[in-house]
Amino acid sequence: MTTGAEAAKAEDTFPKLLLRNAVKFNGKPAMREKYLGIWQTWNWEQVLEEVRAFSVGLSALGIKAGDKVAIVGDNRPRLYWAMCAIQALGGIPIPVYQDSVAEEMTFVLEHAGVTCAVVENQEQVDKVLEIRQSYKALKNIIYDDDRGLAKYAVDGVQSYDSIQDSGREALKSDPATEGKWHEQIAKGGPEDTAIILYTSGTTGTPKGVVLTMGSVIWAAKVANDFDKLDHNESVIAYLPMAWVGDHVFSYAQSYDCGYCVNCPESPETVVDDRREIGTTYAFAPPRIYENVITLTMVQMEDASEIKKRIFHYFLGVARKVGENILNGDPVGVGDRLMYGLGELLVYGPLKNRYGLSNVRIAYTAGEAIGPEIFRFYRSLGINLKQLYGQTEASVYVTNQPDGEIYADTVGRTLGDIEIKVDDKGEVLYRSPGVFKEYYKNPKATKETKTKDGWVHSGDAGFIDERGHLKIIDRAKDVGKLKDDTLFPPKYIENKLKFYPNIREVVCFGQGRDYVTAFINIDLTAVGSWAERNNVSYASYQELAAHPDVYGMIEEHVNEVNQELSREDRVAGAQIKRFMILHKELDADDGEITRTAKVRRSFVADRYSPLVKALYDPKKSSQHIKTEVTFEDGRKGVIEGDVQIRDMTIYAPVAMKEAAE
Amino acid sequence: MNAAATEAAPDKEVLLNIENISLSFGGVKAIQDVSFDILKGEIRAIIGPNGAGKTSMLNVINGFYHPQEGKITYKGETRRQMKPHDAAKHGISRTFQNVALFRGMSTLDNIMTGRVPRMPDGLLHQVGQLFLQAIYIGPAKTEDMRQRLHVEKIIDFLEIPHIRKTPVGRLPYGLQKRVELGRALAAEPDLLLLDEPMAGMNLEEKEDMSRFILDVNDQFGTTIALIEHDMSVVMDLSDRVVALDYGKRIGDGTPNEIRKNQDVIDAYLGVAHD
Repeated sequence: MTTGAEAAKAEDTFPKLLLRNAVKFNGKPAMREKYLGIWQTWNWEQVLEEVRAFSVGLSALGIKAGDKVAIVGDNRPRLYWAMCAIQALGGIPIPVYQDSVAEEMTFVLEHAGVTCAVVENQEQVDKVLEIRQSYKALKNIIYDDDRGLAKYAVDGVQSYDSIQDSGREALKSDPATEGKWHEQIAKGGPEDTAIILYTSGTTGTPKGVVLTMGSVIWAAKVANDFDKLDHNESVIAYLPMAWVGDHVFSYAQSYDCGYCVNCPESPETVVDDRREIGTTYAFAPPRIYENVITLTMVQMEDASEIKKRIFHYFLGVARKVGENILNGDPVGVGDRLMYGLGELLVYGPLKNRYGLSNVRIAYTAGEAIGPEIFRFYRSLGINLKQLYGQTEASVYVTNQPDGEIYADTVGRTLGDIEIKVDDKGEVLYRSPGVFKEYYKNPKATKETKTKDGWVHSGDAGFIDERGHLKIIDRAKDVGKLKDDTLFPPKYIENKLKFYPNIREVVCFGQGRDYVTAFINIDLTAVGSWAERNNVSYASYQELAAHPDVYGMIEEHVNEVNQELSREDRVAGAQIKRFMILHKELDADDGEITRTAKVRRSFVADRYSPLVKALYDPKKSSQHIKTEVTFEDGRKGVIEGDVQIRDMTIYAPVAMKEAAE
Repeated sequence: MNAAATEAAPDKEVLLNIENISLSFGGVKAIQDVSFDILKGEIRAIIGPNGAGKTSMLNVINGFYHPQEGKITYKGETRRQMKPHDAAKHGISRTFQNVALFRGMSTLDNIMTGRVPRMPDGLLHQVGQLFLQAIYIGPAKTEDMRQRLHVEKIIDFLEIPHIRKTPVGRLPYGLQKRVELGRALAAEPDLLLLDEPMAGMNLEEKEDMSRFILDVNDQFGTTIALIEHDMSVVMDLSDRVVALDYGKRIGDGTPNEIRKNQDVIDAYLGVAHD
């Protein structure tokens, strides 16, 4: 009857979900934050009170339906509450990457037409004030942490507390205020814009992806159902709030099923904080998983001989049977016993160290993960799964269901999502979760979203015989060498990046005679090697150019070439020449995005003399001068010679023929 | 309060007044007839070339050295001799040129040691506490929690929660300096003496440290006297600067005045002394 329809109606925006949760999950933790070394908890009722006070305070400031409010900062409970408080008024929150420099931020704020900004601390206040000098429409700046701001007597700069106080005052002095606030929430519906997320922009200027309440909540529901998540889960919020992954994970899904979101004490303490909380559901880009392996391997190098032996022996056991045990496949008793012993001695402590002991489901997304890295985690008994998603889809397109995990696919569609591959090999998808439009950019919207709702993903892939989606690369990146040999850059790069010594790789080869690579060494791993081997160095540049380091990297490249030669589709894409870059690729220089993806064409452009030298067989080194931007926006110059190494190319080993 | 203060702004109270201090070690005259004052709430820099007597001056202020001549008035009380622990009790804390932390102890414990002057004393009390502390109940526990809260606030303030439990010997130099500042702050000082807080730091660490110094001054209203060689830091941070050379005062004034002071320029660029 009507009750069902009413119930649905009551859950179609986030503020309505919050009102529901305050009753439904009465007393259950909604949010935690570690403050002064102690976890502080807010239950759903308390969250409602905080959101209400801030929201009413905001409306007293003049924020009304349709207003855009920027949110800038690390993952802080109050910033998450601000999102809901803004949505309750019919306003639109615009989370901005907190580490973007003022210029980058100016673009987003002006493009979105932001009139108010809720920011974390002094650093962000200063940045926003700088923007306000040229962008006058920005009236109010509200800060969370008052540290260093006590003496700022600037017009329109106020503390989060003072806004909440004014809200609480209004609620107390006029009993009708709360009713009005509820009326305002009731006016909201699934068609309303929930949020505008600016994509970090692997290509060109950022685009504002407009997601409606309906799509985000739909995506949250589908994902919660898919993995049977409920209010007993616990996640840690540490990825940028401006990233769709964090928004859906730490906000939307939590509001839908009521699980608890934990904010770490500071970005540096995430690993410890995760261990204390014992999260059950985790989400991270491949880079984080890679870093953990690198760190472990580096620290094991310093361990005593006997520990090293135990570690490597049991990793071998895990490699052999760990995945089968996790997948529930039959495994012999002896192997099971050894694996059990390994769990006691190695896997258990390792998982505990990284706060992964209680993880029921962990996802990796955002970029392809190296199959070796993926298997490493699964072999330790961590249910790591891949998913494929995009901002434009409110994250979810395909997920790997339990029991159907293949390292080389990203799983099947969930819920009502449809996918197809067009004749050019590009993946398209359609679902209730897809975005409404790119904000103020109808041209881009038309290019990406067809009239009947299909969205071009920009990724090349295919659906395999098991019905799983396989992503090869960005559609525009998969290339061919001059002689039409297939050249999948990311595939080669990921193989190299599994070596702890290598942090980043950029391969070239499109329309060229052979494949070449830029390599960034990992300063932690190689630095620790240098310490053990008495190699002294003063800077990244000096270490990167060290002949022994080159020798080590050369060995890795050689191994990858051998591996490639054994795979018939990519055997022709072996690396012929490479160089170790004289500086680390950095988001401040625009070389990688804020979510740590390499901007390939930009890098190729910026280092064009180096690329040219790689394709000039006569050259064995190249001089280069590069301008770098420091964290505070100042510029400097790095200059030096970069060596080039030539590699052996192996004849393809045709596997089928060999087997016959 | 103290009318004898030289060049004191009329609206600011003098926290520490140094009058005609002379200090010598045998025949070496480290400080000769130096006078200056430190006003409440200001950041006062002491500059000078190597061997000018800056560190000796700090050691005089916190009672480690006893000057042969002169008068020191602190909080309106004139004294000739003071022991460093008395200075600590009366709200003078300091950091050292070479980091002087307990290397095997964690950041948290190191900062906790800075709380000692603020812990309740009295022999009877201490004996009682010792017993209670051994079994960690009642007032001992409450007291411990109270002290810990204060230390945690400092850890939060200095943005070092990630190294809370790390032994300081394992920390990079820049962070050790920060921990040392934390320990000095733990005593809730009225006057904080910083001996070359930025020495050996890279640009980013210097910027962080400058921000912390300004924030300490701003937020807690702590008066700060600092010795520093990096002139741009000194000129940016301090309200007033006193310049020493060969144990003598050669200049005193705002950073701008000092920048133009010919004696100071000569001292730094090197002019033959008589």
